[in-house]
Amino acid sequence: MSDFVSEFWSVYIAAITVISIVGCGIFLKKFSIKRVAEQVETTGHVWDQDLAEYDHPLPRWWVWLFYITIVFSLIYLALFPGLGSYPGWLQWSSKGKYDAEVAEANARFGPLYDKFLKQDLQAVAADPEARQTGQRLFLTYCAQCHGSDGGGAKGFPSLRDNDWLWGGDPETIKTTIREGRSGVMPPYGGQPDAVGGAAGAKELAHYVLSLSDSPHDGALAAKGKGKFLTVCVACHTPAGTGMVALGAPNLTDKVWLYGGSEKALIETIVKGRNGVMPAHKELLSDAKIHLLAAYVLGLPKEN
Amino acid sequence: MERQAAYNYDVVRQFAVMTVVWGIVGMLVGVVIAAQLIWPDLNFGVPWLSYGRLRPLHTNAVIFAFGGSALFATSYYAVQRTCHVRLFGDGLAAFTFWGWQAVIVLAAVTLPLGLTTGKEYAELEWPIDILITLVWVSYAVVFFGTLAKRKVPHIYVANWFFGGFILTVALLHVVNSMEIPAGWFKSYSVYAGVQDAMVQWWYGHNAVGFFLTAGFLGMMYYFVPKQAGRPIYSYRLSIVHFWALIFTYMWAGPHHLHYTALPDWAQSLGMLFSLILLAPSWGGMINGVMTLSGAWHKLRTDPILKFLITALSFYGMSTFEGPMMSIKTVNALSHYTDWTIGHVHSGALGWVAMISIGSLYYLIPRLFGRTEMHSVRLITLHFWVSTIGVVLYIASMWIAGVMQGLMWRAANADGTLTYSFAETVKAMYPYYGIRLLGGVLFFSGMLIMAYNVWKTIAGRKPVDTAIPAVAAAHG
Repeated sequence: MSDFVSEFWSVYIAAITVISIVGCGIFLKKFSIKRVAEQVETTGHVWDQDLAEYDHPLPRWWVWLFYITIVFSLIYLALFPGLGSYPGWLQWSSKGKYDAEVAEANARFGPLYDKFLKQDLQAVAADPEARQTGQRLFLTYCAQCHGSDGGGAKGFPSLRDNDWLWGGDPETIKTTIREGRSGVMPPYGGQPDAVGGAAGAKELAHYVLSLSDSPHDGALAAKGKGKFLTVCVACHTPAGTGMVALGAPNLTDKVWLYGGSEKALIETIVKGRNGVMPAHKELLSDAKIHLLAAYVLGLPKEN
Repeated sequence: MERQAAYNYDVVRQFAVMTVVWGIVGMLVGVVIAAQLIWPDLNFGVPWLSYGRLRPLHTNAVIFAFGGSALFATSYYAVQRTCHVRLFGDGLAAFTFWGWQAVIVLAAVTLPLGLTTGKEYAELEWPIDILITLVWVSYAVVFFGTLAKRKVPHIYVANWFFGGFILTVALLHVVNSMEIPAGWFKSYSVYAGVQDAMVQWWYGHNAVGFFLTAGFLGMMYYFVPKQAGRPIYSYRLSIVHFWALIFTYMWAGPHHLHYTALPDWAQSLGMLFSLILLAPSWGGMINGVMTLSGAWHKLRTDPILKFLITALSFYGMSTFEGPMMSIKTVNALSHYTDWTIGHVHSGALGWVAMISIGSLYYLIPRLFGRTEMHSVRLITLHFWVSTIGVVLYIASMWIAGVMQGLMWRAANADGTLTYSFAETVKAMYPYYGIRLLGGVLFFSGMLIMAYNVWKTIAGRKPVDTAIPAVAAAHG
């Protein structure tokens, strides 16, 4: 085992361990006496007027309990890792046990998933058995952020609409699950200030609101248009329809990831946003990602 | 009366009264966070009242403020009386009181502000760590200074346990709190990765073993024979279980890190020494309970003995439960669940709090020139309220914890998990309710105690006792 930088430490640990456990037994033996006289006397010492001590022998059942734990420990150390780098007679290790359990699970459950991998995603999305397994996977891996029903929350996209930040075709959904996504909007307020202070941010926010015909102040929006066309166009396009390749949201619909109020928009503009979807390729097999993508695709869409 | 001819009860009185105060504060915070687990809105959107900040405040307040003050009070009382000599260093003893209270107040300010090292039970930042060290070294000087000038040749067993607790806690605190400051309110541990985890749980488990076990066994060895009026059952047993306990506890920490990056050999040793620890732990329970043989009838009428003996029963139960939970197979189910919370509270409420409460009911009247508390009936009421509270608390957490563990591992025929995490949380609601009720009962008991203590000492002058001459039979 590589836990020890040299064989010395392995021997050192093993020796101290054995001496300690055996030492407990010897210590116990030294103080165990057979039951003596009927009348047990106190030791003769007295403290604080009336504190004294009898000297009863150790209870036999207690001594045996102690011995049993010592013997058990020595047997355990012969069988399992514990004495330095000695791996134990059974060659057990937590990594070995983990690998064995994973291999067993793959052998048992693998075929259940692999049969879906051969099918087209739309077909899988329509298969009731696949949907049930997909939902269970979703509740384990996805529901923490996207909600049990896939409805999303502030900062976490809803999967129940037809608005896809990164694209909604089957292969793209699988890529999103497998590799994760990083949706970054840089901050435009503060230092350096690219939007013209608080007033500028407010004008910009009203222009953004006007793009989706949301309630807004027309005069402010008109002032913000120029800034939009210099600061925001690169990602959100001149028309404000966004860019799927960058995950830049479409601003002409009424779907808002971080809120569509004036206050929320100003905060987004000034402070920026950092949305992260973690990569799942280390956690989930291709077949499971296939099932999850199908489940997400098959979720009822609300618009 | 000449100063040196009387015991130093000033510092004992101070710590004894503050034990009751901090008990109420710490348990109130516990009740609040138990309620927050049912109704998360109870943090009112105020960061200082959020669960993550109040939880360390609760643990620090009950362990170090309530438990710590109880240990200071009882060890200072017991060590002078069993050494037949006034406490060493009046000024230093006073410093330990004011210093310790300062640590508690600083904790109560910094933890809600979110200032923490992130190490469980060692959350306080480095300037407070230094103050703790100064207070603790002073405590050791006062305690061992008193032992050194004792008038009797033998050292009474309670003092072995108090002494072991003081020395070891100094070692644990200094080693685990090694950190590099980065400003006044921030520091980084000198250890990294799995070594940091191992040092932390070497500390964490020995905080249980020495602060919450050895220290309170010291309390038990003084107040149980005093209240029962009987000699300790076995001197021989006290020697064996003392040395075995303090030796094996040191190895048990790794059981907090089963199935982690900690090497397998260290996990095995943590588990085995936890099992070996069972008999030494029970030695203290046997010695305490058997001290009552020949005086069992006193349990019927004496609520202080009820507290002390029930505490020993909970001690026996949780020191059986602990080794069982350290077995890797059991730990795979119990770890990270509320079972652990139940286990901790059977120790903290059942053992630590009840032995302290019983001891204080013996101690407080004697510090104010009385023979017993204002109302014995209120002690009996306190006993039943807190016993029912503990039972509700730990029974609900056992059920909740085992259920959690089983729900987490339940799998469907297709290998997926049967329950999402949110479903397991939802299933906890009724048990969190019962736990809150148990906590409220235990907390109410402390209010009864505070009233009784107030009526006992109000209008009374502190009374110091002359040190009696050492009789021929002594020592």
